[in-house]
Amino acid sequence: MSTAATELNADTGDLLQVGNRRFTSRLLIGTGKYRDLEETGRAVEASGAEVVTVAIRRTNIGQNPDEPNLLDVVPPDRYTILPNTAGCYSAKDAVRTCRLARELLDGHNLVKLEVLGDEKTLFPDITETLVAAEQLIADGFEVMVYTSDDPLIAKRLEEMGCVSVMPLAAPIGSGLGIQNRYNILEIVENAAVPIIVDAGVGTASDATIAMELGCDGVLMNTAIAAAREPLLMASAMRKAIEAGREAYRAGRMPRRRYASASSPLDGTIF
Amino acid sequence: MLVMQVNINGQSRDLPTGATAADLIDLLGLGGKRLAMEINEELLPRSRYPDHQLRDGDTVEIVHAIGGG
Repeated sequence: MSTAATELNADTGDLLQVGNRRFTSRLLIGTGKYRDLEETGRAVEASGAEVVTVAIRRTNIGQNPDEPNLLDVVPPDRYTILPNTAGCYSAKDAVRTCRLARELLDGHNLVKLEVLGDEKTLFPDITETLVAAEQLIADGFEVMVYTSDDPLIAKRLEEMGCVSVMPLAAPIGSGLGIQNRYNILEIVENAAVPIIVDAGVGTASDATIAMELGCDGVLMNTAIAAAREPLLMASAMRKAIEAGREAYRAGRMPRRRYASASSPLDGTIF
Repeated sequence: MLVMQVNINGQSRDLPTGATAADLIDLLGLGGKRLAMEINEELLPRSRYPDHQLRDGDTVEIVHAIGGG
C-alpha cells in the first residue's frame, strides 16, 4: 500500500492490533463468491486488506490434483490468513474445523469462529458460540468471534478471552448495512478488544458508518464479490474504511438544528 | 492383496491392508499439497502420516482452504 493516507495512519501509529498482531489496514476481506481465483487475488490486492478469511472444506478426491489453490493467490507469507468455521452449526464441528485449519496453516492459531444457528438468517447460535470459544481458547487458539449485535454477549466473549469481537451489521450476505447502530456503538464504547463489524455491509457508506461509530475494522465478503465490478468496489471499500476511520479520529462537528454561516458577516458591502 | 475399506471424504474406498496416512496421500496424488487430515474426528498431525496405519472402517477427512468469508 502506498497512499498518503495509509502512510499517515502508519506514521501516527494508528494500527489495528489483534492480539499481538498489528495491521495498517482495517479492512478484512473474505475470499468467497468470486468468479475465479484470479479475480479473488486481484480484489484482495485492490482492497489493501492484510487479513483474509478462508473456509476449510473437503479436498476433491479423484479430481484434478493440480487444480490451482486459493493459497497460491493469497499466500500465507504475505497475508494473515483467517480460517473461518462457516457452515458449522455446532461447537463440536467448529472446534474440529479450527484444529484442521491450524494444522493446515502450520500452527497458525488465529481463527474466525462462527457457529450458525439458522439457515435462513445465518444468525449465530450464541450458546454454541460460547461453548466453542471456551474450548478453542483453552486449546491455545486466538479467537476472533462472529456474534450478534448484543452488547452483553459481546462483553462476555471479550471477558472469556476472545482477541476480537465481531458483531454483525445485518445478516451475512444481505448487504443491508448497519441495522442497529446504537447497539454497535454500545459494544464499541464498552470494549477493550477490537470490535470488527462482520457481515451485512452492502456498500462503501455502510463501511464508513461502521468506522465513524468507532469500530476498529470491518470484515466483508459479498459486498465486494457481488458488486458488478468487484475490483472497483474493493478499492471503494479501502477508501471508505480509511475515510471513516479518519473522520472518527478527527471528531465530527456537533449537529445543530439551524444554519451557521461559513462566511464572515463583517465587511459585507451592503 | 488384502484390502480394507476406508471412508474418505464421504466416499468408500478400498485400500491395501496396513496402508498408512502417508500412503493414502500418495495414492490420491495429493503429495506436497497443503492439506490437513482427520481420522475418526481426531486431527492427525502431518508428522505422524508415515507411521499412522489406517484401519478397516476408518472415517478419513482430508481438507484444504477454499474461498470463504
